[in-house]
Amino acid sequence: MPFGYVSPEQVMKDKADYARRRITQIRSGVVISCESGILFVAPNPSRALKKFSELYDRIAFAAVGRYNEFETLRKAGVRYADMTGFQYDRRDVTARGLADWYGQVLGSLFTDSPKPYEVEIVVAQVGKAPADDEIYRITFEGSVADEREFVVIGGQADRVAAVIKERYSATMSLTDAMRLAIASLASQGDGAAEPVTSSELEVGLLERDRAHRAFRRITGARLDALVGEATAGGGAIGGSAASSAAPAADGAAEEPPGDGTPNPADAD
Amino acid sequence: MGHDGKDLAVGGFELSGRWQASTFLAAGSSSFADFLTMAAPDLLPRAQHGEGIVPSGVATAAGGAADLAHGTTIVTAVCDAGVVMAGDRRATAGNMIAQRDIEKVFRSDEYSCVGISGVAGIGVDLVRLFAVELEHYEKLEGRSLSLEGKANRLAGLVKANLGGAMQGLVAVPLLAGFDEETGTGRIFSFDVAGGKYEEQRFATIGSGSVFARGSLKKLYRDGMSVADVVLVLMQALYDAADDDSATGGPDMSRRIYPVVTTVTADGYQRLTDSEAGQYAEAVVAERMQLPDGPAAPLRSGSAKS
Repeated sequence: MPFGYVSPEQVMKDKADYARRRITQIRSGVVISCESGILFVAPNPSRALKKFSELYDRIAFAAVGRYNEFETLRKAGVRYADMTGFQYDRRDVTARGLADWYGQVLGSLFTDSPKPYEVEIVVAQVGKAPADDEIYRITFEGSVADEREFVVIGGQADRVAAVIKERYSATMSLTDAMRLAIASLASQGDGAAEPVTSSELEVGLLERDRAHRAFRRITGARLDALVGEATAGGGAIGGSAASSAAPAADGAAEEPPGDGTPNPADAD
Repeated sequence: MGHDGKDLAVGGFELSGRWQASTFLAAGSSSFADFLTMAAPDLLPRAQHGEGIVPSGVATAAGGAADLAHGTTIVTAVCDAGVVMAGDRRATAGNMIAQRDIEKVFRSDEYSCVGISGVAGIGVDLVRLFAVELEHYEKLEGRSLSLEGKANRLAGLVKANLGGAMQGLVAVPLLAGFDEETGTGRIFSFDVAGGKYEEQRFATIGSGSVFARGSLKKLYRDGMSVADVVLVLMQALYDAADDDSATGGPDMSRRIYPVVTTVTADGYQRLTDSEAGQYAEAVVAERMQLPDGPAAPLRSGSAKS
C-alpha cells in the first residue's frame, strides 16, 4: 500500500496516464455506418477471441484493449440488455441506454479500482437509414461520446480517422465501406500500406435489412470475397500518412506488448 | 467505495440489489435463468412455493386456478425435412372461452419451437424465458446449445415451477427442433417434475391431446413431406376440437386458424394466416362430406395413401 499522502489529482492523473499509455499501443479498429448497415473491421489474428459481438437485436459491441477486461464488459452488457428486455420489452433496449450504463460502470471502475480498465468500447445500433444509426464511443474513464457516421478506437485513432473522414459518404456500399476500412487500417503502423488479408481481419456487420437480430459475423468464403472485392476495385489503398519506422504493436485481442511503440498518435 | 468488498455501486451510490454493476460484471454461468435467480428472482415465471405469490390452496379454492386462462391442444410431428408443430387458438377459463385467438406455439430460437398447454400465464412466461435463455447462451458462448442441451434447459425451467404446479398452476411445454448434427427433426415432451422424454414420430399435449393422438396414429406415415404433415396436424386438431370442448377448431367466420410452424435446415418458419387458412379450409371442406375425416385402411397390409 502507498504511504504518505497522494493528492486525488495525482491519483487520477496516474491512472489516466497508465490507461492511455496502454491503449495507445493497441491497433485500431473501425466502425463505419454505410448503406447496408454498420460495418466493424479490426485486425485480429485470433479466431477465437472476438472484439465484436452482438449485444441485442439491433445493437452490437466493439472493443479494443485488454481481452479479459472487455470480455467482462461485453458479458455484463449482454446480461444487462437481456434483463432489461425481459423485464420490459425488446424495444426498450437501446444503444443509448447501454452506452450510458457502460459509461457509469467504467466511470465507477476508474474511480474505485486501483487499476483502470485498459479498454475502449463502442456500442452501435443500426437504424432504418444511415441517418438513424447510433454509434457511441465509451472510454476507459467512462466518458461517452455520441459519434456520427464512423468511429475509430484504439491507439492510432486520429490517424486512422483522418483517412476515413477524407473519403466517407453515408451512401457507401458495403464493399466501399470495406475498402475504406482496409485503407484506413493500413495507414497505421509504418504506413507502408501493409497488405491486409482476410485471415488477419475480424469483420462484423449490423445488417440494416435483417429482421430481429441484425448482427452477424462475416467469415470464411464471404469474408474472402468481400476483402477480394474491396482490394481489387479502385486500388484505393493509397500511401496515406507514412511516418515513423517501428511497426505497430501486435494487434491481437490479447493485451498489448510491454514495450511501447514510439510516437503513436495520441488516442485521447 | 469498492474497497471493503462491498458491491460497487453505479454512479457512486448504492442502488438496491439487482441493478448494481457488480451483479452484471461478476463471472457467472451462461444461463440467463441462473442469472435471474441471483439478480432478480421475482422475474422468474414461477409460482413461489408455499407462501409466495400463490397462497397455498388457491387451486382448491372455489374458482381458483380453474378460473385462469388455460391453453389447450398442441400437436407436433416429424417430417422428412424437419419437424412441424401446430396449436389451436383457444384459451379456456373454467367452462368459458377466455380467448379465441391465443397463440401457444412460439419460436424459441432459429432451430426450435415450443408449444405450451396449461395455465397460459405461466406457460407464456416460461417460453419467453426459454427463448431469452437460448439467445443469452448463444451470445455469451458464441455458439448455440445442442438440441439435447436445449431440452435439458427447458426441463430445468419446468421443474423450477414444481411448487406452483402442485398447487394447480400447471403448464407444460412441448419442444420440437431441428438437430443440426443429425439433420433430423426431433421432439421432446416434459412433465411438471422436470422429466424430459424424447418422442418418436409425433406427440400431442393438452386437453384434446388424446383425440389428436388417435387421429395422428391413423393418419401419420413416416417420411411425409412438410405439406403432408401440416395437413395431418390440421386433421388431428380438427379431431381434437371435435371431441374436446376446450380445443378450438378453425374459426371460419373470424378467419382464425391454428398456428403452424415448421423447423427445417432453413430454420424456423411460421406459416402465414392465409397459408394456414388454406390447409384449414381444405380440411373443413372435406369434413362437410365426411364429418369424421379420412378413413384409415382396416388392415395394415392395405395400400397406403
